[in-house]
Amino acid sequence: MTDFFVSSSLIAIWSAMSVYTLAFIMFTLDLAKRSASAQALPTSAADARSAAASVSGTSRAAASRAEGGDTIVLDKPPVVAKPVYRYKFERIAFALTVVAWVVHVAGVVLRGLAQGHVPWSNMFEFSLTATAIIVGVFIGVQFWQNLKFLGAYITGFSLIALGVGTVNFYTDVRPLPPALQSAWLVIHVFVAVLGTSFFALGAGLSITQLLQARRASSKAAGLKFLQTLPGADALENLAYRVIVVGFVFWTFTLIAGAVWAERAWGRYWGWDTKEVWTFIIWTIFAGYLHARATRGWRGGRSAWLAIVGFGAVLFNFTIVNLFFKGLHAYSGL
Amino acid sequence: MGFVGYLRFFWRQLTSMRTALFLLLLLAIAAVPGSLVPQRSSDPNGVLQYFTNNPTLAPVLDSVQGFDVYSSAWFSAIYLLLFVSLIGCVVPRTLHHWRALRSKPPKTPARLERLEGFTSVDVAAGDVTATAAIESARGILKKSGYRVRLFGADGGQLSVSAERGYLRETGNLVFHFSLIGVLISVGIGGGFGYSGQKVIVEGDSFANVLLSYESFLPGRFFDESVLQPYRLSLDKFTPTYEQDNPAAMGQPIDYEADVTTYENGSDVGTPAVIKVNDPLRVAGSDVYLLGNGYAPVITVRDGQGNVAFSDAVAFLPQDANLMSLGVIKVPDALPEQIGMIGFFYPSLAESADGQLVSNFPDLINPTLSLRVFTGDLGLDAGIPRSVYSLATDNMTEVAGRTANTPAIELVPGQTVDLPGGIGTVTFENRSPAGTPASDLSQSVPRFASLDIHRDPSQGWVLVFALLVLAGLMTSLFIPRRRVWVKAVEKEDGSLRLEYAGLARGEDPVLEKAVHEIAERHSQQLGLKLLP
Repeated sequence: MTDFFVSSSLIAIWSAMSVYTLAFIMFTLDLAKRSASAQALPTSAADARSAAASVSGTSRAAASRAEGGDTIVLDKPPVVAKPVYRYKFERIAFALTVVAWVVHVAGVVLRGLAQGHVPWSNMFEFSLTATAIIVGVFIGVQFWQNLKFLGAYITGFSLIALGVGTVNFYTDVRPLPPALQSAWLVIHVFVAVLGTSFFALGAGLSITQLLQARRASSKAAGLKFLQTLPGADALENLAYRVIVVGFVFWTFTLIAGAVWAERAWGRYWGWDTKEVWTFIIWTIFAGYLHARATRGWRGGRSAWLAIVGFGAVLFNFTIVNLFFKGLHAYSGL
Repeated sequence: MGFVGYLRFFWRQLTSMRTALFLLLLLAIAAVPGSLVPQRSSDPNGVLQYFTNNPTLAPVLDSVQGFDVYSSAWFSAIYLLLFVSLIGCVVPRTLHHWRALRSKPPKTPARLERLEGFTSVDVAAGDVTATAAIESARGILKKSGYRVRLFGADGGQLSVSAERGYLRETGNLVFHFSLIGVLISVGIGGGFGYSGQKVIVEGDSFANVLLSYESFLPGRFFDESVLQPYRLSLDKFTPTYEQDNPAAMGQPIDYEADVTTYENGSDVGTPAVIKVNDPLRVAGSDVYLLGNGYAPVITVRDGQGNVAFSDAVAFLPQDANLMSLGVIKVPDALPEQIGMIGFFYPSLAESADGQLVSNFPDLINPTLSLRVFTGDLGLDAGIPRSVYSLATDNMTEVAGRTANTPAIELVPGQTVDLPGGIGTVTFENRSPAGTPASDLSQSVPRFASLDIHRDPSQGWVLVFALLVLAGLMTSLFIPRRRVWVKAVEKEDGSLRLEYAGLARGEDPVLEKAVHEIAERHSQQLGLKLLP
């Protein structure tokens, strides 16, 4: 039975990767298509939108009196006529992402069934589950805001992580070592990945924000598809709102980790390499929040902090796990 | 500027947001080296190894406290400055917030057009009076949790000024004060707590007094009287290893230490179980199971047949299959002191290149291999020596690599003569009576390595940490905003209702919120909306 779960899990993961690849291609085509459409436009949508943003502060919802009655018309703030794009590729790409994600989650669940415990007890399984949660958050976030333009970034990132995880970190099914036999394994790691997902989205938005700011400052150059995306300020606000959620999760995971460390290792904090890096990441994002309130640090600089912070998260998962000596020695390699 | 002027300037600089940000980022950078170089606090053996591997670099790093980064002067300087900056920032803010909490919303600005989310609605003459409109706006705002204040009742323009989200700043202050709380309680815990290590062999017991610890790390203000008198005996240690899964053969699945505790000199014990993720809380301290291994019982008789040594010796595991290294010192042997360095193999096997190895952590084929030395153990000079290492400088190897006789190999129950008639060594078989001779699975006792900690303030650290989290969430997710609704009466008797807001701190949905209020207000006033 275990063998069946293991092999079907792997089949599911490889299938998901194939579909993610298609989704990635479609998202890339979508960006290319956006570039093409943007070129065709006399005034760019982004400029129009940022203009709309600056106007909307003083925009008045004009109310006009309708004929012969007391009816008042309360207009919404004026909406700048959006250029009509055919987001065909984006829709296909997103649909493919959802399909791939369902298969991906099935693969994760099957791996968990094969193991008989949560599928994130070594680096291979962590890659599977973390990417599933990252893509899941990306899909879920669309209900709140349309961030599909990050699709190429998210599917590309997940593809690389899944590929490296499956090819380089693969480990056989093994029993859970005594140190990991704790409910905190479920809570601490899961929330850490949730935090990571939001940081990943935040970094993607911040990268786009930097590109957008560069495009705005040097009118000529720049990637054309950016004209179809929100302006730098809007992207900065979105990044902030996403990162704030990630920061709360990260704070929680830090505390949960300390509680677990107290039970398992007899001290809640011991400057183990992984603890050090979790602390560094927390401090960088605390810096990010303060940067938002510091004159001269809004905009590009805080965006860089968000990107560096997410870089540190990746560093913590890869380099620290593989090359640094510490108590979190659960890579399974 | 004068001295006081400089002080004030310096203080203002230190408590500025820019400095706080700089110190935060500096702290992040300063924490990095401690993860690159082994630290004495978490990996003392790694530090020793580093000194051996990098004899020139290590002293340089040591001189800048590179092996004690997190207690170093420079790291402490950064976080202490950060906390001074933090206090300098939050104390005035607390006073300010205290006043804000007790004050009413401010006067409605003369011109709302410049503010965020400005919305205006024109109402025909006679539809609704200014008083009624403002009264209804006041109701809506109050119901939405705003603190409200009316203006213009004494003539002039009627308006309502409203503010909400005071909890945002409260949360922010709670967050920062709780960080100070965490720092202080961590400091107190480190000062008054202790941690000690003890290796106990099955059947042995341990009394909670300073002398029984193998190693002991007291806090700066540690007082021996906090060690409460209790005794703990290790009755049985049971590891469980994977035996079916070929990919994980011999991997530990469970460790269980069955212990009995005797509090206050009582003879009536309380049985308990200690597991890896399940410490034992006893008499104000916590007992953790951090390691285990084998403790072969060895008896050494000297040349005259006297028992010079007989004890269980803890052998330290060297690999996953518990090939273990141990040292036996027999200072009482005559005519010369005897020292032995040995490897213990719970399941002896030979690797492809002819090396002795252990291929399973359980006792399937237990074998002890000993190198024997005679001479001076160096114990008489009064220099403290580790029980896990043997100084062979003043000793002669009589059995082993450099001697004529090969290393001695023993199985449980076996006695072997030492070369040169200096005595015999016995590897005792400790299987319970009635065990068949072929079953060696219980022939060697095990030891458990226990960590005993006391941290009087860790509960407080947790409380403050949770307050940090609660404060953080409150300060990030509760918007603080001001909203104004104004009724401007025009000469023709018609009315213009104006709505606007002001964000106090991050408030990305302010505009939407103002529009929603405007819409609800229109609905409540019965101003029907056209699609």
